[in-house]
Amino acid sequence: MAKINPIDPDYFKDERAAPGFKVIGTTVPRSDALGHVTGRTEFFEDRTFPNLAHLKIHRSPHHHALIDSVDTSHAEQTPGVLRVLTYKDVPANWYGVLRLIGIGPDDEPVLAEDRVIYKGEPIVAVVADSEAAALEGASRVRVSYTELPAVLDVEEAMSPDAPIIKRAGTNYFVYEGHHSRRIRFGDVEAGFARADHVFDWRYSSAPIEHAPTETTGCIVVPQSNGRLLIHSNTQAAFFTLDNTALIINRAPTDLQVKGGTVGGGFGGKVDVMVEPLACIAATLTNRPVKFVYTREEEMQVSSPRAAERIYIKDGVLSDGRIVARKIMLYVDAGAYARHSPYGATKAAAHLPGPYTIPNVHADCHCVYTNRTPSSAMRGFGVTIADFAIESQMDRIARALDLDPLEFRLRNAYRDGDLKAHRKVASGTALIEVIQRAAELVGHELPEEYRAMSSTTPRGAQA
Amino acid sequence: MTVTIVNLKVNGVDQAFMARPGTTLLLALREQLGLTGAKRGCAQGACGSCTVLLDGAPVVSCLVPATTVDGADIATVEGLADGQQLSDVQQAFLDGFATQCGFCTPGMLMSAEALLARNPDPTADEVNEAISGNVCRCTGYAPIVSAILDAAERRRNRVEATH
Ligand code: FES
Ligand code: FES
Repeated sequence: MAKINPIDPDYFKDERAAPGFKVIGTTVPRSDALGHVTGRTEFFEDRTFPNLAHLKIHRSPHHHALIDSVDTSHAEQTPGVLRVLTYKDVPANWYGVLRLIGIGPDDEPVLAEDRVIYKGEPIVAVVADSEAAALEGASRVRVSYTELPAVLDVEEAMSPDAPIIKRAGTNYFVYEGHHSRRIRFGDVEAGFARADHVFDWRYSSAPIEHAPTETTGCIVVPQSNGRLLIHSNTQAAFFTLDNTALIINRAPTDLQVKGGTVGGGFGGKVDVMVEPLACIAATLTNRPVKFVYTREEEMQVSSPRAAERIYIKDGVLSDGRIVARKIMLYVDAGAYARHSPYGATKAAAHLPGPYTIPNVHADCHCVYTNRTPSSAMRGFGVTIADFAIESQMDRIARALDLDPLEFRLRNAYRDGDLKAHRKVASGTALIEVIQRAAELVGHELPEEYRAMSSTTPRGAQA
Repeated sequence: MTVTIVNLKVNGVDQAFMARPGTTLLLALREQLGLTGAKRGCAQGACGSCTVLLDGAPVVSCLVPATTVDGADIATVEGLADGQQLSDVQQAFLDGFATQCGFCTPGMLMSAEALLARNPDPTADEVNEAISGNVCRCTGYAPIVSAILDAAERRRNRVEATH
């Protein structure tokens, strides 16, 4: 049995006596609501600075192409344009946000160098006196391309004859030498051989855009002490600070991030997309610089939730016990890693769902395609896996004419079960949750299922 | 570039600003008059976070050329409260947890104020209609609709009490 540390009731005893600590059952106003209803909440863009300059981007119109030449001369001559930035102005152009936790390689350029691998990839940044001049300048950048075949499907990207789109040499993230994050538990083939029924189905999801009402952006203000003050709507202030410092090759102590007020994030404002370029522009022009996505950019180029494709093959006995589950899962990371390698690992950690299955085999791939890079969004990796697993459970129940709740109860994990990750389950409560939910909706369960308990070992019951 | 001087009333106060061609009412309010309550969510008339009242009617200020509002009467979120005293709609949003990130809130409040000014006893359908141009990505709308209905009731009760 896993050792569970019981909660020490003495730990909070002093807090409990404190006056403000009795909140359950009372209404506590949100600390930020008064600012919201009076219009006084200060979002990053609500600050104005004299001499504010604006940054806009020239982006790739192609999914996949070589860049033959970039001509910025017309952009530079545009009235109001202060400065035009290419990759040569970015001190450490190649980055990967997860390098802060040791995940590599750095696979993404801040500004494209010799190629673009998704439609909307930034190539040139234009800094100007006004937003209109920056947009005008960005539209006057001339880039010539040689278009290359694009890979837009995850399984196509994994096939041996697919064009390789990544400089690391594979169209997938490499997990400790493997093509996927894997689970190997028991022997699935033996499980399928023993099963009375085998069900093999496919699930897929489209990308989902967070569509925050406030678009991604920041204003960077050079300080008289030489530091850069970054007003940002990032959801991850320190993460942004460290990644920005690495990209612009400055000490983290040179930067200060003021954030915390986010006009909708949902995971979409953790990618460090605007701060590095705004910092570079502010340094080069010695002016405050604003870089904020237009609504179009937010919808088109900000990272969505990854599209996923999931195959689940289950071997089931006539009595409803699942004896084998094999999962092939593909996360479409789009062109660059961002947070997706972590998302695919989370998917693997979540498999095979809250069920005890003796034989499990899973390959969770983080695949690169020429699509918009995907990244974090509420429960990414887990949400779509759950959709697939629970759809599979319902479909099997229907196919075998079993009650879907009873089918789940029969396979539900319990305390003490060994999970496919070789961890002993503890604190499980799926059985009780289903029992209670059934009761609430008036779904009658037979006595045998009502008697089940998460804390009674499986063998001790029918 | 021709610059036009625009005179108008904002939240009951006489104001003036210089408008370049292409300046929108939203940018004039935010950048020239320092009233940053109205937000820019899309700059294309799609999200409603820039909603203000123009002579009492809700407009998406990101689509209103600043030069066209000479002589107009504008109301923004900053003018709703009377000192510390919140308007019924503001108080109902506060009490009913109708805000999350708060970015849509100023626009929602102005659409709601305009509705209640012309219809003191709206149905839920009429509330939905009135805020149909205001996008909220956080709340799922239900608490906002309830708050507006609640505000209508508070107002009616007060009007009755004073009669
Ligand atoms: S900013 Fe005006 S409608 Fe969105
Ligand atoms: S509260 Fe966030 S958009 Fe409405």
